[in-house]
Amino acid sequence: MFRNNYDSDALTFSPQGRIFQVEYAQEAVKQGSVVVGIVSKTHAVLAALKRNAEELSSYQKKVIEIDAHYGIALAGLASDARVLSNFMQQQSLSSRLTYDRPIALAEITHRLSIRAQKSTQQHGRRPYGVGLLIAGIDTTGPHLFEFQPSGVTQEMVACAMGARSQMARTYLERHVDEFEACGKDELIKHALRALKESLSQDKELTVDNTSVGISGEDEAFILLDGQSVVPWLNATFENREGGEESMEVDS
Amino acid sequence: MNHLPQAWGRPRDDVYGAYDASHFQMSGPTQHSSRPIVTGTSVVAVKFKDGVVIAADNLASYGSLARFTDVKRLRTFNSKSVLGFGGDVSDMQYLDRLLNSLSVRENYSTSIDDSGKSDLDAHNLHRYLSKVMYKRRSDFNPLWNHILVAGLGEKDAPFLASVDLLGTTFSSPTLATGFGAHLAQPILRRQVPDEAASKELSQEKAVELIRECMKVLFYRDARSMDKYSIAVISKSGVDLKEDEKLENQSWAFAEGIRGYGTQVN
Repeated sequence: MFRNNYDSDALTFSPQGRIFQVEYAQEAVKQGSVVVGIVSKTHAVLAALKRNAEELSSYQKKVIEIDAHYGIALAGLASDARVLSNFMQQQSLSSRLTYDRPIALAEITHRLSIRAQKSTQQHGRRPYGVGLLIAGIDTTGPHLFEFQPSGVTQEMVACAMGARSQMARTYLERHVDEFEACGKDELIKHALRALKESLSQDKELTVDNTSVGISGEDEAFILLDGQSVVPWLNATFENREGGEESMEVDS
Repeated sequence: MNHLPQAWGRPRDDVYGAYDASHFQMSGPTQHSSRPIVTGTSVVAVKFKDGVVIAADNLASYGSLARFTDVKRLRTFNSKSVLGFGGDVSDMQYLDRLLNSLSVRENYSTSIDDSGKSDLDAHNLHRYLSKVMYKRRSDFNPLWNHILVAGLGEKDAPFLASVDLLGTTFSSPTLATGFGAHLAQPILRRQVPDEAASKELSQEKAVELIRECMKVLFYRDARSMDKYSIAVISKSGVDLKEDEKLENQSWAFAEGIRGYGTQVN
């Protein structure tokens, strides 16, 4: 068989200059369900498609509030994301405690990348198998950062990652010029439409599988989950057939 | 040469005597500061409508001896805030070094604003110092200072707050440490009784008020001096003057003082 001699740890380069363990970790991100993030001049928004392991189980959390001013969306190994979100929450709290200052998004992203890079260079560790979108607002305005298992972080105007995210990315690229001037409502609609683009034919965005996170100027990060996304789904996809059924509630 | 490798290359004991290793004795009883030694006296400050004025004299006393007469007790931080230190001067110098390293760390970090400066304002600085001071008092090893933090806080509003050796924080439109708390604070409060009054106060009036307080402190505080530093912090930046002299002194009131000094009755 074709055995790969250079993928048994994250320390060894292949002769082509690749570190396979890191690339495999990036595959884990591609397996995760899709997440989308967009920033405008005033707001930053995250939208995510939640998955349930089986019909009878609950849905995996995709958007996590880290501090009052920002949150993350994850694609990949949820348990790795939990470790990283815990780290980010501690760092954010420590900034609030010692300086009474919300941590800058560039700063927390930087600290995260330092932490993640370590596991691509140290013996006996594996890279984090999760990609994150970090979105929120700080003293320098709204920001969206993309984090990858390799420790690479980039500031983005809009970003999508996870399974079938290419469709969402195409949508974002098509509308990229509109984002900057968008208000909160328009930005959420764009994010939900981008999310819908990447769904397979037989799938719909429903109350159960959609998560949205928003933060803006003088607005704390809000996580819209379950019933609170209904108005946004209705506003975004006004004339969709069969959509009503999944949103019915017992009274 | 002998057969002990650890002795090779060292001065020979039989020639120079045994090496006195007592220098290496790092462990002794842990020592904590129990009193201030070289001290600075009062710091006074007042908020006005678009900034803060703060002043402290340039004297460091060794007990009642006026030991150092050119010690600058006001310090700027990131050209946005000014700190005034009362109490122990060596602890002030320690805090100065600590704040220098904080400043370097901040300005290399990613949390900088459009002008390329750290966004750590007076409010953030005061919170940080209060944590440092409280930590040290909890170690039973306090930094023997009473510090006033003056500058612009959230949304560029004038900010003035104090922190003492116990980590106690206090904020008010007028503040004074040490003897100033008894001698200058009543004068300041008569002019600026509340937050509303400080919003009416002009920069000129505030500076005049602080200079008046420095004069009264020099009249009545035996650990004070007539050379002082004064800083005005406003949106246009920090204006720090470190070599001011008290003017228009009038010691006429001294005639009327009875009960101590040269007169007995």
